[in-house]
Amino acid sequence: MTLRPQPRFPENDTEPFWEATKRHELSYQTCNKCNNVIFYPRRHCNRCGSDDTKWNVSQGLGTVYTFSVVVQSRHPAFKDLGAYAVAYVDLDEGFRIMTNIVGVNDPTKDIECGMRVKVQWEDQGEGGISLPMFEPA
Amino acid sequence: MARGDRIAAIVGINEYPLRVVGPGTNALQIKASCAAKALEDAGFTWQDVDAVYDTGTDQSVGGLGISEYFGFKPTVIDNTSVGGTSYEFHANHALRMIKEGKCNLALITYGSTAHSDRRAIGTAGATGQGVSNMFNNMEDPWGLTLIGNYAMVKQRHKHQYGTTDEQFAAISVATRRHAMRNPEAVKAMTDLEFVGVREITTEDVLDSRVIAYPLHLLECCMVSDGGGAVLIASEAMARNARKKPVWIIGGGEATKYRENGGDITVSAGGQSGPIAFAEAGVSPSEIDILMAYDSFTITVMCLIEDLGFCAKGEGGAFVSDGKLHFDDPGKPTINTDGGGLSSNHPGARGIFLLMEATRQLRGESTSQVPDAKLAVAVGNGGQLGSRHATGVTILAAD
Repeated sequence: MTLRPQPRFPENDTEPFWEATKRHELSYQTCNKCNNVIFYPRRHCNRCGSDDTKWNVSQGLGTVYTFSVVVQSRHPAFKDLGAYAVAYVDLDEGFRIMTNIVGVNDPTKDIECGMRVKVQWEDQGEGGISLPMFEPA
Repeated sequence: MARGDRIAAIVGINEYPLRVVGPGTNALQIKASCAAKALEDAGFTWQDVDAVYDTGTDQSVGGLGISEYFGFKPTVIDNTSVGGTSYEFHANHALRMIKEGKCNLALITYGSTAHSDRRAIGTAGATGQGVSNMFNNMEDPWGLTLIGNYAMVKQRHKHQYGTTDEQFAAISVATRRHAMRNPEAVKAMTDLEFVGVREITTEDVLDSRVIAYPLHLLECCMVSDGGGAVLIASEAMARNARKKPVWIIGGGEATKYRENGGDITVSAGGQSGPIAFAEAGVSPSEIDILMAYDSFTITVMCLIEDLGFCAKGEGGAFVSDGKLHFDDPGKPTINTDGGGLSSNHPGARGIFLLMEATRQLRGESTSQVPDAKLAVAVGNGGQLGSRHATGVTILAAD
C-alpha cells in the first residue's frame, strides 16, 4: 500500500504538532499575550506578532465546517480508496483543521455541515506520526 | 481616479489561437509570439516596451531570465506571482507605474503547455514531495485535490445560503452558449475531445459525473495549452495606438486564507472589489461585462457576490434569470469568450479576462454586447478554499 503524502521534517513550525500526534495528542497553540488561538502552528502569534505562545491539547471534539467527497484522485495512495471525504473541522477550542471524515457508509449522504465529530487516529507506521481524522461523535 | 480619468489603457492584445499546441512549441515561444502580435495589434514595436510584468513561472525562467529571453531592456520589472490572477495585479501595477511616469508601454505575457504536458491540475492532489513548510505539512496528508478544494467552498455555500446545483449550473450553461459562438473556443473543445461540443442544459450539467462532490465535470474548467499578451500604454502613447484605447480606471488586490472561524464562502474579492470600484468611481450595477474567473462555477458565484453585484448569499437567484447571457438586456453579461469552462484554461486564466474585456469595449467580441462601456476583470489565483488572491481591474471605453 502506498503511503499517503507525509509531513516532512525538519520543519520548525509544525514539528511539535506532529511529534504530539505520536502520543495521540491533538495540539494547538494560544498566545500568552493576546489569547489568540493559533493554527496552523507557527512560532509567532498571527494576531499580535508575539513569540510568547504555549501549546495546549484539544479534547478532539468539534463540528464539520465543510467537506468534499473526492471521487477522482490521481495520487497512488488515494486512487484506489474510492470516494473519501476531506473536510475542515472546527474544534471546540476554536481552531480549524483540514482532515478526513471516516466511519461513515456513504460520505456524500452521511456527512453534513455542522455535524458533531470526534478525533480518531491513523498511525503511520512504527514510531511514526499519527494522522488525526474525525468520525461522527 | 474616476471613470473619466485617462492615465493608462490596454492598447494591444493577442490570445494564442491553439489550445493544443503539441510538442513543437513551448511556453516561452507562446509568450514571444503573442507579444509580437499584440504589438502589431497596438501599432508599436519591440523596442517600445519599457516595462515587463511576468510571473516568472512560465518554464521557470524567473524574473531574471524573462527580459533576456524577449530581448527587452525594461526599467520597470515586476514579478508578482499570485496564481491565475497575477495578470490583474500586473495591470493594476502598470497603471500605477505609468501614473508615476516610470514607464510608457508595459507588456504582460503568459504561456503554458499544461495540456500537452498532461498535467493533472485538478485531480493530482499533493505529491508529498518537494519543499516542506507550514502549509504543505498541515494539508498534504488528506488527499485534497484542487477540485476538492473548490468543492468544499461550494458545499458550504449550499449549506449556508441554500444555493442549488441548478443555480450553479446556470453559470456553465451561459458560458457554453458564449463559447459556441467563438470559433477558437469551438476548436478548443474539439481539439480537447469534449464529449458534445454543443450548447448545454442544466440537466447536462447535473448529469455530468461528479469529480469531487458536490462539483460536477461541467462545473470545472478545462486544462488546455495557450497563452497571450496584453500591452498597457500611457495616455500619450494610447492616443497613437492603432485601435481605440480601453482605459484602466480602477484596481484592487487582496489575498485571503483559511482562518479559525473564517467564512470560506467570502473570497478575497470582498476586500479588493470595493477598493477597485471606489477608485473607478463606478458601481457594480453599471457594469456591462463581467469577466469573472471561472475555474469552477463556485468561483464565479463567490466573485459576483463579493464584488457587490448582489448581496452575499443571493448569487444563486442572481445568476438564474438569464442576465448572464450576451443577448439578455440584464447586466452584467459574463465570460463572453466562453471562459475557462469552455474556451481556455491553461492553468492561469487571468490574462484572458483582460483580453475579452478589451474585445468587448472595442466592439470585437464574438458575443458582442451592444454599446458595452464598462467591464470588470476579476481573477482568482491559488485555491479558493485554502489560500487565494483576487485581483480586480475595471476598464472603460471612451
